[in-house]
Amino acid sequence: MGRIETTFLDLAELKQKALIGYIVSGDPNVSSTLMAMHLMVEEGVHVIELGIAFSDPMAEGPSIQQGHERALSEKISLKATLKLVKSFREKDKKTPVVLMGYMNTFEALGSEVFSSTAKDNGVDGVLIVDMPLEASDEFTEESRKQGLDVIRLIAPTTTESRIKKICKQASGYVYYISLKGITGADSINPKEVEKKVLKLKKVTDLPVVIGFGIKDGKSASKVKDLADGVVVGSALVDIMGGNKEEIEKHLSIKIKDLSKALHKT
Amino acid sequence: MSKKEQVPDSKGRFGIYGGVYVAETLVPALEELAQKYELIKDDKEFKAEVQDDLEKFVGRPSPLYFAKHWSKKLGGAKVYLKREDLNHTGAHKINNTVGQILLAKHMGKTRIIAETGAGQHGVATATVAARQGLECVIYMGEEDIKRQSLNVYRIKILGAEVVSVNSGTKTLKDAMNEAMRDWVTNVDNTYYIIGSVAGPHPYPQIVRDFNSIVGKEVLVQSKNQIGKMPDLLVACVGGGSNAMGLFYPFIDISSTDLVGVEAGGLGLDTGKHAAPLNAGSEGVLHGMRTYLMQTEEGQIQNTHSISAGLDYPGVGPEHAWLKDIGRADYTTANDQEALDAFKELTLVEGIMPALETAHALAYVKKIAPTMDSEKVIVVNISGRGDKDINTVADIEGIKL
Ligand SMILES: Cc1ncc(COP(=O)(O)O)c(C=O)c1O
Repeated sequence: MGRIETTFLDLAELKQKALIGYIVSGDPNVSSTLMAMHLMVEEGVHVIELGIAFSDPMAEGPSIQQGHERALSEKISLKATLKLVKSFREKDKKTPVVLMGYMNTFEALGSEVFSSTAKDNGVDGVLIVDMPLEASDEFTEESRKQGLDVIRLIAPTTTESRIKKICKQASGYVYYISLKGITGADSINPKEVEKKVLKLKKVTDLPVVIGFGIKDGKSASKVKDLADGVVVGSALVDIMGGNKEEIEKHLSIKIKDLSKALHKT
Repeated sequence: MSKKEQVPDSKGRFGIYGGVYVAETLVPALEELAQKYELIKDDKEFKAEVQDDLEKFVGRPSPLYFAKHWSKKLGGAKVYLKREDLNHTGAHKINNTVGQILLAKHMGKTRIIAETGAGQHGVATATVAARQGLECVIYMGEEDIKRQSLNVYRIKILGAEVVSVNSGTKTLKDAMNEAMRDWVTNVDNTYYIIGSVAGPHPYPQIVRDFNSIVGKEVLVQSKNQIGKMPDLLVACVGGGSNAMGLFYPFIDISSTDLVGVEAGGLGLDTGKHAAPLNAGSEGVLHGMRTYLMQTEEGQIQNTHSISAGLDYPGVGPEHAWLKDIGRADYTTANDQEALDAFKELTLVEGIMPALETAHALAYVKKIAPTMDSEKVIVVNISGRGDKDINTVADIEGIKL
């Protein structure tokens, strides 16, 4: 059993929701990312999503765009991120790590090289934003061969028949995009989300997590009961881009707040 | 089977190129657009509607003009100019927007967005939106806003909002990213009019089809005015829409050679150019697989061109395919060559071309003298040069 599956099973047994934290690898530098990963876990994050910086992050709002730009100015690469995960695994053998990014950087490394190195270094899943189901054959096959989970996105616009098709191909967990928009937007509508997630739950046995538009305990508590976990991105990336001396402090406060909200019943 | 009937395939691919590489939110919207377009494109009424606008609003057909003086000066092949610069708003871009806005209306959309580089597509979009009474937002890179200020003002007078994009390289590619972000957010009521044969399927097909009027007219005009098919078609290639519009109806006419001219910038060896077909490699950007200017790690590289409309690190997927199957050839002209050609055509024929167009002319300058006088070249004058006066004056050190 992989780390992702184990983590969600353990949480389900405890009747707890998963807190998934997204930061950009190399933002503001590789050592800060490594520090932040361990700190996030310590304060209550269950799954880490590491953004892979791209020059043209089409689905991101201003916060995460800036995160990508900061990381690129530090010359981060997918290869360097794979090494970073290896370093993370020296101390943390348990927390799932998912790489999230755009097709072109993964293809540049090559799906075979990527998948095998990722597996060896302790990556658990991959989520490629601009790789919809129809465009993913080769990449998915290579990832599967290595036992990496290919995380799939479902959007508010995804039709029911498409949801079925996508869920058939998904593994790890299913990521529901809570709103029409880019990361960091805040127009989340819990009623709409509930309707869609209920439908989703009927189609898949995989854990369903909700992302986009969740930035603190308050927004997390509005949707937490609808699904198996929530993803927080822009709010954490803002902290990583803030005053370097205070990253630890602010990250710690933020995650405690989120964690508390998720535990409340 | 003819080459042109094969593409794009049912997955929106031209060979391995094209496709739909977008975030999930947009997949259903693109599927809807593809279905709607498939239904409407051969509809008699819709076609008549588009044709009527092309004739009475755009001013088509545009002339095929024999550049007698320039041909004589070059001393080789006869050079004909397809006068897209005479279209309403001054470029080929209006052929596409006239068609897409009608598509948008048939889909019940009330808000129009577009990206623009040189501002020609922004003007062409704002123009048709104004006429249809639709809200319109144009995304434009901060750099391009500076060098195409005339067009920015035109867009504003036409009642559209211009959003300055200051992420990334602050040019066309970033404007396109931002337009995509808008579209994801407002997908219910918004129609995105992409301005070139680029982006996810079905855009490369839609924009090609609407611009094909150019090549179709050249077919008829060649027969009537010259009595034979041209031996060579030449067009500049940014995203590739004016080239694709000219080339497409000729794809199965194998006696006609096709040459696209990319922006060589300061020279291919300097890395400061915008010539992905000549010096790039395969990758995925803006929803399509195509040739891109990119680093080994898959980051998109900065581009440079004297002309904002060619300053783009990617290219329409159909061109990538035509290159690979050898049906079209792609070359480059650098900034200086384009500038020289810009001046020469203006002086010799009294026609001031856009700096984008001047890249195609620079190639004609080189190739025409090597061909014999029986041969015929048709070059697409994709737009007029008024918008570039500031840029040219700047280079000459003249303050207007
Ligand atoms: C006059 C003119 N020609 C050519 C282009 C390049 O676009 P495309 O390659 O799509 O024709 C532009 C783009 O702005 C333009 O304004």
